[in-house]
Amino acid sequence: MIKVEWFYWLCGLFFVLIALQVVNDRSNPKRLGSAAFWGILGLSFGYGTFVVNKQAPAWLLGIAVIGLAVLAGAGFPGRGHEQTSTPAERVRFADRFGNKLFLPALVIPVVAAIFGAWLAKVKINGNLLLQTGSATIIGLGVASLLALAVGMALLKPKSPAVPLHEGRRLLEHIGWAAILPQMLATLGLLFNASGVGKAVGRITDHLVPKGSLLAAVALYCIGMAVFTIIMGNAFAAFPVMTAAVGWPLLVQQFDGTPAVVFAIGMLAGFCGTLCTPMAANFNLVPAALLEMKDQYGPIKAQIPTAIPLLACNIALMYVFAF
Amino acid sequence: MWVLLAIAVVVVGFALRLNSMLVVTAAGIVAGLIGGLSPVKILNAFGDGFAGSRSVTVFIVTLPVIGLIERYGLQHQARKLIGKLKVMTTGRLLAIYLLIRQGTAALGLTSIGGPAQAVRPLIAPMAAGAAERRYGPLPEKLQEKIKGFAASADTVGLFFGEDIFVAIGSILLITGFVDATYGLHLEAIDIALWAIPTGICALLIHGTRLLLLDRQLDKLHAASKAEGEQVTR
Repeated sequence: MIKVEWFYWLCGLFFVLIALQVVNDRSNPKRLGSAAFWGILGLSFGYGTFVVNKQAPAWLLGIAVIGLAVLAGAGFPGRGHEQTSTPAERVRFADRFGNKLFLPALVIPVVAAIFGAWLAKVKINGNLLLQTGSATIIGLGVASLLALAVGMALLKPKSPAVPLHEGRRLLEHIGWAAILPQMLATLGLLFNASGVGKAVGRITDHLVPKGSLLAAVALYCIGMAVFTIIMGNAFAAFPVMTAAVGWPLLVQQFDGTPAVVFAIGMLAGFCGTLCTPMAANFNLVPAALLEMKDQYGPIKAQIPTAIPLLACNIALMYVFAF
Repeated sequence: MWVLLAIAVVVVGFALRLNSMLVVTAAGIVAGLIGGLSPVKILNAFGDGFAGSRSVTVFIVTLPVIGLIERYGLQHQARKLIGKLKVMTTGRLLAIYLLIRQGTAALGLTSIGGPAQAVRPLIAPMAAGAAERRYGPLPEKLQEKIKGFAASADTVGLFFGEDIFVAIGSILLITGFVDATYGLHLEAIDIALWAIPTGICALLIHGTRLLLLDRQLDKLHAASKAEGEQVTR
């Protein structure tokens, strides 16, 4: 069976190689702290395997993670001088290779689709070929490696280290934002363990008006959106809002159809995800990847869609669930 | 109720634009301490949370190949290609991408798009290329606007497409939680079907806004020309 952990180790290896490059990069004014950041991150990815399997203490990784946050707060990782082609060279290369340049980029979605749609269901000796629930991630990993092989064969860079240098260029643009989504997932865990969800649920209890169906529907949907904005994740909001409003009021008291109430309730939460910096992987990481000046640029483009869409969800639930 | 202070830490931290990593770490520690967790438990939560969420960072394995083809002029080629397609304006291109992204996500093919593997190397440069054909070199305001909308097309398409696919995490969470907590037996396919009306609304709303983006860019361009803003490309 192909295990998803292999690909976490691949990520870890990538980070460690970056760290080794950075430590030797004299053009990076912050090279020691930056190398420490990427190095600790790489080792954490490997160590994480043992934490998930309960073979190693999690608190050690916790210390490393807080160390990463402190390094980020101190301004690491920094960027070195970019070793890439000049704009003029790129124009010449583009003329030379033409549309073949798209080939490696297209390998990624095609291979990822094959893994997601077909290989995810393939069994060998009664066991699934790919680890259950991880076909997408495994597919993305394999697709990237295949695309890299195609790219190397096609473009024939002078040194095999070129993709590593180029990967580092992109990673240094993203910086610590690359692991912010993981930090936020951790925060969600701590919020749950310390009862933040329950406290918010108690507040919504006081807001529920008696007898008005439309108000109850609106409270469930808007509550999902607002709680998602706070937690950064509709999955964290769903159990709380459903226990406070969705189940007792909409399903039990007003006799709503459960499938409709819960499906649309979750989507109301997604409207909140569009608006919040807490959902860093969807909103802040793209801004960093696109080298935007305004890190809230994608959110600003999404809020005017999120608000009418939330209204649509309220209307759809009101009409179809009752 | 005091545990809500942790949320206040997040809100104030983000509002003051302090380093997000520090804000999140501080909020986590505050929540844990007020919630009565011991320091070791808090550290364990940081470790478990980090180890358990490594999947969201796997996108970085695409960076070496994306960087490689960028080095050899991918973005330039994407601009050139779109420059030849006269009917393809920035707004139309992004609307078509939204449709493709949402359609493939609805089939469960969520990693076909994404900011690292599609938006940065292909979609954003094409959207910028279409605008350059119309306006010439782009002032920074237009570049930022186009990048923001390119990212939004990807995210909106993903969110309101993937929930139509039966085996996606959010649907399994709904059925798992509701069945376990309230003793129901919901079919995943019913949840998926009821995601379709919202999916259509999302496509119509965001698609319309993308198509209207062309006019918005016209206005922005005229305004920045009037200001005599420095062209930065």
